[in-house]
Amino acid sequence: MSHYAMVIDTRLCIGCCDCVVACKTENKVPEGLNRDWVVEATRGTYPDLTTEFRSERCNHCSHATCVYNCPTGASHYWNGSNIVLVDPNKCTGCKACIAACPYDARLIMHPGGYIDKCTFCHHRVEKGLDPACVSTCPTRCMYFGLLDDPSSTVSELLRTREHKVLHPETGNEPNVYYLT
Amino acid sequence: MKRREFIKLSGLLGAGSVASPLLLSGCTEHPLPGSGTLAETPTFCDMCFWKCAGFVHRENDRPWKITGNDQDLHSQGRMCTRGTGGLGSYEDRDRLRKPLLRVTAKDGSQSFREVSWEEALDFIGKRMQSIADRYGADRFAMINHGYGARHFKHLLRAWGSDSHAEPAFAQCRGPRDTGFKLTFGEGLGSPERTDMEHSRCIVLIGSHIGENLHNGQVQTLSEALRRDVTLITVDPRFSVPAGKSRYWLPIKPGTDLALLLAWMHVLIDEELYDQDYVERYTTGFEQLKAHVARYAPEWVWLETGIEPHLIRETARAMAAAAPATLVHPGRHTVWYGDDTQRSRAIAILNALLGSWGRKGGLYIQERVRLPRYPLPPYPEAKISFRDAHGDRWPFAGQGVTNAILEACIGEDALYKGLLVYGTNLPMTIPGIRPQLRAAMDSLDLVVVVDTMPMEITGYADVVLPECTYLERYDDLRNSGEREPSLALRMPAFEPRHQSRPGWWIARELGHRLGLQKYFPWKDYSEVLDWQLKQVGSSLKEMQQIGVKVFPRTRPRYFAEGQEVRFRTPSGKIELYSQQLKDRGFDPMPEYTRPASPPEGYYHLNYGRMPAHTFGKTTNNPLLFQLAPENTLWVNPLVAGELGIRSGEYVRLANPDGVLSNRIRVRVTERIRPDSVFMAHGFGHRSRRLRLTEGVGADDSDLMSNVLVDPIMGGTGMRGNFVTIIRERV
Repeated sequence: MSHYAMVIDTRLCIGCCDCVVACKTENKVPEGLNRDWVVEATRGTYPDLTTEFRSERCNHCSHATCVYNCPTGASHYWNGSNIVLVDPNKCTGCKACIAACPYDARLIMHPGGYIDKCTFCHHRVEKGLDPACVSTCPTRCMYFGLLDDPSSTVSELLRTREHKVLHPETGNEPNVYYLT
Repeated sequence: MKRREFIKLSGLLGAGSVASPLLLSGCTEHPLPGSGTLAETPTFCDMCFWKCAGFVHRENDRPWKITGNDQDLHSQGRMCTRGTGGLGSYEDRDRLRKPLLRVTAKDGSQSFREVSWEEALDFIGKRMQSIADRYGADRFAMINHGYGARHFKHLLRAWGSDSHAEPAFAQCRGPRDTGFKLTFGEGLGSPERTDMEHSRCIVLIGSHIGENLHNGQVQTLSEALRRDVTLITVDPRFSVPAGKSRYWLPIKPGTDLALLLAWMHVLIDEELYDQDYVERYTTGFEQLKAHVARYAPEWVWLETGIEPHLIRETARAMAAAAPATLVHPGRHTVWYGDDTQRSRAIAILNALLGSWGRKGGLYIQERVRLPRYPLPPYPEAKISFRDAHGDRWPFAGQGVTNAILEACIGEDALYKGLLVYGTNLPMTIPGIRPQLRAAMDSLDLVVVVDTMPMEITGYADVVLPECTYLERYDDLRNSGEREPSLALRMPAFEPRHQSRPGWWIARELGHRLGLQKYFPWKDYSEVLDWQLKQVGSSLKEMQQIGVKVFPRTRPRYFAEGQEVRFRTPSGKIELYSQQLKDRGFDPMPEYTRPASPPEGYYHLNYGRMPAHTFGKTTNNPLLFQLAPENTLWVNPLVAGELGIRSGEYVRLANPDGVLSNRIRVRVTERIRPDSVFMAHGFGHRSRRLRLTEGVGADDSDLMSNVLVDPIMGGTGMRGNFVTIIRERV
């Protein structure tokens, strides 16, 4: 199995949302909808403050509750990897996956009549390219690669830097990591 | 049927923007992006002044996306948020479509009539000719912003007029470039010559890199952060870079100059400055030493609120990393009216650290020696912007927009005609609307060239719709950089509607004014091809690669012990400025205490947001989705006192009774209790900007108190106070 992960360095991220626009244009995401978004979390009291910016999206979980809960098989793992895709022709829009996703990553309905979400740009990954968001980020704070490969940048970063995932308690084993 | 209804509802419950009914058919094709027929065209961006080079991609002949060009030094292959969203400017449904001519009905009411290019250009040609016949061709002025302005500058120079100004000077970087020129003999350029990728210590004075997306700066600062640079950010607000800093100094607004002088005091007092550099390259050190002796950190603490030990510690950190220490010159520097002096202080601090001309400080830029297309010399113009300035602002090296506009007012005004290119003056120059109206009453001709129906178009006799940067050739980009390089902007699409490229408009006007010999080309690509062939390239090559990098001919940094003659009167870096002294100004920067807000008022702090380039992009449909309106940052203590909450609308009023448009509150710890903050560029008044009109508040509306820099005419905007008025529900 190919185990893909995205690693995002929150110490470099400036919250500029270039990743959001790059995704929108690359994937022709309809007006008003987004497959990724940026969260700003500020803690403390002036002037003792910290701010963390996080570019968030589908976590392409290793135990994806959306896949297990999809009644039609529309939500599936792509090509023996952990990349979760939705087959538009099998999706009935029943929203079971939305209820099952701990990350609210599927809160969108494509005007074509199916649940749409981040694909990790598998159409680019197939060609050996990074996802659009990763290849656009002006701070180069985003990394993409294989965790099966111990020499990959993502493996190296997770070995050497402190990091976290969102909602580890769900047991979904998310694959978007945040360096802290 | 039932299922269809259900889905429609869920769409509304979701992101809330699925408006059309859904049609489900059986198995439809869902081709993956990039699986169709692809084509790409090089360009350099016009979403802001940074001019990053990239490629415009089409799929099946439809606009797809814009990506960066790996060869480009401005962007290092990565466009920013706005550059990535550049297609929105092409697709904007509110674009100017046809030339517009002001007509007066029988009842005296005025409106615009759509006219042919022929009629619009004939009208302008005749009026310009009549102004030239009655007063002289040089009585025509231009105010401009953006790269396409070059075509119109060329037209007016050929016509015999030499009066132009851009808000980029008196409303933005003028004080900085003037201050550095007075000190080092030259300015910073654009992109600035900051060598952040090699810096070991970076000091930001109110510069919010990351919120301003000056692409190369964002990227080189990121590289520095990756290397664990010592970042020192001075900002009353917890800005994005403040959050990445080792030292954030939350300074009292308007007191930066005191801190800069205290840092000099420490560097000299503790002998931490670069003694060899100062001795070799500078003049006036002894005067400076005596001058800063009284700016002890203990005294400056009372002014700035920055504790003495922190002032010392940060000064030592700068010295420890020197000369790879950059005290960043900033860009928008028209703050308090003493801005040239504050920029001088930044320049002097860099000199003490020995960072000008050194790795990790400020490098030496180089551009390509690109020959100009052979044309006859321009006729001499008897007047220039200096005549509009009179004896004001002796160190204004460029036109001051306000002065040009004032010189358009009255029966005996200096100027009789005005062309405005690519700049929405009512939202750019604080408090300028009365002068604009008066100028419009006096002038014989006002022409506005723009891509969008900005408010400024409402002041015009004729509005000419230029096509966007994605639909035209412009001059080659040849900015001073780390390596000399050229970039090509070429059309990715045919001009939409009846918009036309600037070069075409200028040429057509030139032909009507009998200036054929200055416009011998049929297509501007001929000029570019000729120029490129002089440097061993060609249009054909550039249409493939977009960017060409040339080898440097001189080093990027000073060599050890190199003799350098600076372009100042003394040939040295002038810590003490005899030039300033001779014209009656302080030869070394003096701190003046800024005014404090009256009871119940707050400092009006303003800045950028990464999604937008001021009001230029707020109607862009892609970027509008990211950031449709600005918010008013309010400290929780203030919010509690006033009983206001995040998300609710308020208005702002200044002491002169100016009331803002309504703006949403954002309660955040990131702002001081004595200040509020908003992003500039919102609150458009043009009804033809259907997305952004009336959305958010315009900070420039509230700037009644303009603090003019006596040295160069900059319009200081940060001495304004506002009070918060709850919006009745």
